[in-house]
Amino acid sequence: MLSYLIKRLVQVVFLMLAVAFISFTMFQYLGDPVNNMLPESATQAEREALRGKLGLTDPMLMQFWRFVVRLCHGDFGISYYNQVDVFHLILERLPATLELVAVAVVISLLVGFPLGVWSAISKNRFLLSLVQFLSLLGVSLPSFLMGILLIIVFSVWLGWFPSSGRGVTTHLGYWSTGLLSLSGWRSIVLPALSLSLFMITLIMRLVRSEMLEVMRTDYIKFAKARGLPTRSLYFRHALRNALLPVVTIVGLQIGGLIAFAIVTETVFQWPGMGLLFIQAINYVDIPVISAYLVFISLIFIVINTSVDLLYYLIDPRMKKS
Amino acid sequence: MSEFSNPQIQAPSLWARARQRLAAFLDSDFIYRFWQSKITVLAFIWTVVLLVAGLFSHWTAPYAIFDASSFDLMDSELPPSWMTGGETRFLLGSDVQGRDLLSLMLYGLNISLIVGLISVTLSLVLGTLLGVLSGYLGGLVDTLIMRFADAMLSIPTIMFSLLISGVARGLLPKDSQAMMAMPIIVLSITLTGWMQYARTIRRLTILEKNKEYVLASKISGGRNLHIMFRHILPNVLSPISVLATLHLGLAILTEATLSFLGVGMPPDQPSLGTLINEGNQYLFSGQWWVVLFPALVLVTLSLSFNILGDWLRDVLNPKLR
Repeated sequence: MLSYLIKRLVQVVFLMLAVAFISFTMFQYLGDPVNNMLPESATQAEREALRGKLGLTDPMLMQFWRFVVRLCHGDFGISYYNQVDVFHLILERLPATLELVAVAVVISLLVGFPLGVWSAISKNRFLLSLVQFLSLLGVSLPSFLMGILLIIVFSVWLGWFPSSGRGVTTHLGYWSTGLLSLSGWRSIVLPALSLSLFMITLIMRLVRSEMLEVMRTDYIKFAKARGLPTRSLYFRHALRNALLPVVTIVGLQIGGLIAFAIVTETVFQWPGMGLLFIQAINYVDIPVISAYLVFISLIFIVINTSVDLLYYLIDPRMKKS
Repeated sequence: MSEFSNPQIQAPSLWARARQRLAAFLDSDFIYRFWQSKITVLAFIWTVVLLVAGLFSHWTAPYAIFDASSFDLMDSELPPSWMTGGETRFLLGSDVQGRDLLSLMLYGLNISLIVGLISVTLSLVLGTLLGVLSGYLGGLVDTLIMRFADAMLSIPTIMFSLLISGVARGLLPKDSQAMMAMPIIVLSITLTGWMQYARTIRRLTILEKNKEYVLASKISGGRNLHIMFRHILPNVLSPISVLATLHLGLAILTEATLSFLGVGMPPDQPSLGTLINEGNQYLFSGQWWVVLFPALVLVTLSLSFNILGDWLRDVLNPKLR
């Protein structure tokens, strides 16, 4: 176990270094900081002097090392567009995105799981075609259109939910949450729903196919032969074993959901990291782009590694190999 | 073999042979199964209609939308012709600048289709090349290509495309950005789409490369390149049609999403996504048609590709029957 953990940690460090290197090269080749800092009239000698002072004449490896050390101290530079410290900018936006993703994951589990189980054990033809229709819709209806549709129906026509913003937020130390007020909850419904559509269909199909697979195994046949009641057969014996792959895939998808929130946040003007990233792309705000990249990769890697470790803990077969 | 053939018997003419082939094709299992599935026939007809209408938009569109003299601000924001205030000149209504929505949609469809077709073709070629190389050569080449594909698969498509777009904006001068918009989108969809092809082709190549015909070619002195692309490639290509059909639907949606986010096609060369983005800004003033009609075309197009792809997979894969 310990050696496995250490191996994973070494991998994580190397991956993060690779991501940092990509951010670093973005700074190197996109835009010249000296041009941004000096007036147009600066002489060549002044430029060279500043270059030396900033350490831009040092060997590349040296510069990269300094870049990594700065990142570790949370120094991502100043945003070109907002003129604000990037680290604080991102920390300010992080809670909005994480809350949105968390609610979306909960919704998709609550809807996708029962639908998957139900469609695997039921012989109802109507249900089967509903499941098929939902999965086709999941791949054919792009997330931004889903968002627009929800806005048209529930904001413009019915006026039930607001179409943009987070509602009233409460500050808990560094974390600003919208989940403590009614208007916050009303605001999160539509974006979370539109973000969860793809996850719902994914979980539904996954649970269904895993259940169907497990139901064909010998131990389920044996359990049936023993005359176990159907309920315990389905939920104690089948579902438990169908759960493992579902846990892994859902875990891995959470990272993708955080990245995909970019689209949802744009549609609903949700003040999260994704909206910040889109603005940064439009204004070529390199410090923000590279900081977002580093943050997202870190979240991604942390999630993936913990899912792997969790898997290792849950499944006794992993320990032997 | 030539001494056995009788020179007196004339080979059937090219035309007759083509007719024979066509008759055999129309009589085949493939076509029979096609007519069996009503929804597939429907999807096929709709795809053909949209392809013809979109690819020949210069002839099918009632108005030339790129000609500023052809539209008038007096005609702006007209509803569809069957509603009160609508005019028969504008069947589906007009946009804020007084342009005919139907024509806008046809030109938009044209751009969406072209971006989709080019990027799918490019990813197919790239993925197939890398897949054959990887599967046939094995060893270090295989490891490198497949690790790279794994890494690319773990990056969310939308984030990668946005990054490419951001980097391109940083590198290109302002005035050439509109001109380069289409190549940049094609590049980002291609780079995020080739992995599926490479994986499938690699798997099939590994199965093929130990067969007797490959051995025979090796013994008779066939060189690696010759074996890979003249012998193995034609035998592994057929499952690609399924992947390409499904990918086409996805590529068009990806382009639409990027254009919706404002980093895809610019407003002066609108794709369906750009139109939806522009319409979205006028949603609250009640002009739902500017969003709804392009959205309907987009969704039904991608739905049709998905239905066709699913059907092809079922037909080509005998195991699923």
